[in-house]
Amino acid sequence: MKGWALWWLVGVAVLVVLELTLRGVVGPYNYQILGLIGINIILAVSLNLINGYTGQFSIGHAGFYAVGAYTCAAVVVYGGEAIRGALPFFPALAQDAVLLFLGLGAAAVVTAVAGLAVGIPSLRLRGDYLAIVTLGFGEIIRVVVLNVDSIGGARGFAGIPQLANFFWIYLFVLVTIVVIHNLVHSGFGRAFVSIRDDEIAAEAMGVDTTRYKILSFVISSMFAGIAGGLFGHFTMYLHPNSFTFLASFYVIIMIVVGGLGSIEGAILGAILVTAGLEVLRGLGPFRLVTFAALLVLVMIYRPRGILGSWTLFGRKSGAKARPR
Amino acid sequence: METFLQQVVNGISQGSAYALIALGYTMVYGVLRLINFAHADVYMIGAFSGYYLANSSLVQTTLGTSVFAAVVVMVGAMAICACVGMLIERFAYRPGRSPAPHVLPFWLGILGAGFGYQAEGGAIPIFFGSSVGAMVGFFLERVVGIRPERRYSSLKVLIVAIGVSLFLENGGQIVFGADPKFFPQIIPTRPVQIGGLSVDSQRIVVLGVAILLMVLLNLVVNYTKTGKAMRAVSFNIDAARLMGINTDRIIAFTFALGSALAGAGGILVSLMYPRIDPLMGIMPGLKAFVAAVLGGIGSITGAMLGGLIIGLAEVMAVGYGQSTYRDAIAFVILVLILLVKPTGIMGKGMVDKV
Repeated sequence: MKGWALWWLVGVAVLVVLELTLRGVVGPYNYQILGLIGINIILAVSLNLINGYTGQFSIGHAGFYAVGAYTCAAVVVYGGEAIRGALPFFPALAQDAVLLFLGLGAAAVVTAVAGLAVGIPSLRLRGDYLAIVTLGFGEIIRVVVLNVDSIGGARGFAGIPQLANFFWIYLFVLVTIVVIHNLVHSGFGRAFVSIRDDEIAAEAMGVDTTRYKILSFVISSMFAGIAGGLFGHFTMYLHPNSFTFLASFYVIIMIVVGGLGSIEGAILGAILVTAGLEVLRGLGPFRLVTFAALLVLVMIYRPRGILGSWTLFGRKSGAKARPR
Repeated sequence: METFLQQVVNGISQGSAYALIALGYTMVYGVLRLINFAHADVYMIGAFSGYYLANSSLVQTTLGTSVFAAVVVMVGAMAICACVGMLIERFAYRPGRSPAPHVLPFWLGILGAGFGYQAEGGAIPIFFGSSVGAMVGFFLERVVGIRPERRYSSLKVLIVAIGVSLFLENGGQIVFGADPKFFPQIIPTRPVQIGGLSVDSQRIVVLGVAILLMVLLNLVVNYTKTGKAMRAVSFNIDAARLMGINTDRIIAFTFALGSALAGAGGILVSLMYPRIDPLMGIMPGLKAFVAAVLGGIGSITGAMLGGLIIGLAEVMAVGYGQSTYRDAIAFVILVLILLVKPTGIMGKGMVDKV
């Protein structure tokens, strides 16, 4: 057996053991927080591909997150009976898994297409203009969701079965990290980093910048869609208010606080921001005020993030992460 | 036809309010290349300052409802917003760009006041908490020697802007209360007949005040020495500094000017839609920013034009189309225009940038 396959088996086994024991050990509240941390890790690592590695500034990640969440939930809620009917002899657990996979697959495909549709026109723009157009697309997606009644509209989408759990979320966390790690350490990754460091020079060296920018945008959107699908099936309820531009901001805060252009930084940022917001709950109404003030202070005193572009595994890719 | 004209009038007054907010975005972007997300919350603070000023005993008993009272409320709120804008610039955006002492004492003092309030409530714990916080901050800054990293990146200031915006929104929910309040009618409302059209007097006042402020702004920017310095800073900040312009002072002035306009916008919008709450700034702020980008960010004329376009389009969409899509209209227009002309309508070269 090849080395990587063994590692995957070990990883899956560890996750199964954790899934079976964790809820009893840490309690349901912390279990829920751990799940949300996992989803935020997927979001942060995927957004880091555009913002950190390719140097394109997107603040519309919540839009793709929403597309994925609603697509996955709609597939499972409206197609669930038919899919279960097609698998009569499978045990319920396997049926759930197939259902979740189909939902996530649909979410990935639809968000990738949405990413392509948004990316092709908007990636011609640069800097702040790109930022504001992605923000605009994110808001348009949210308003459209708000107006589609069959997925709940303003009432929110209730009645989503809880198919995702700690195991599935962290399995996809692993998949996301491995895929993005391998991607940024491949020829594609060097093209992404070259666009970030100097777009004109990259173009002069023969890098098809538009193509690579769109590629990184599409891959990033796809993982955001998967995160969305997991979110819906973990919390069992979706509401358009979870997908405002503030949600995009939180993901950006995660990757910047952790350190832009480093996967470890994105993971650390997701953990710090999600867990930090929970720890600050003890402050009652002052929770978000304190969070905001701390955010301002961290950015003033440690603008390169807590990790900078420090990496745990492998070579540094573009050590001097120059934010835009 | 008549209802159409009615809608046009509504759209223009709505758009002029957007334009006032958009001006602040565009001026700050001009000098710092920064999307000042906290601007929307300065607009909210303007509305609340107006609310408290109008309900204050001074205005209520000594002035009553008169034009003079309305002017006092308006100017007072604009002054408060100008101060808030300068504070934001001094304690959030300046550190790291220029030497800025007392940043840690400031923020830790505010946090200490919050903790004091939560622990006990009342003036003494708040004062005690803020003094302890400020002293800790002073100690860290002076004795331990924690200094901001001298490194300017636009992403960093953007996150700072988001942080300040979150701070003001959530701070507003604590200070003003999260429940909506109703802005008093400081200007009598009655229908006015203009050539067969019946227009609300408030909308005329809104439009008039907005136009007046924009004319004043144009005079300041184009015909004063400070305005000339503002244009120089937005044209090239390093060269401006080399020419002996105190860029920090000009940037602070720009924030004050933009924030005062946002405060005026907050009061004007509250006159038309009296329901105010601490999160009221988010959507208008976003749309005003869209208006600034639409018109070509950095351009003052563009911001006015963009505001009018967004206001008109929104009112038309609500009047003749799907009102539930109201919040998406601004963004659809933005996307369409930027795809055709990526720098916005007036954003061409360096024409009258501020």
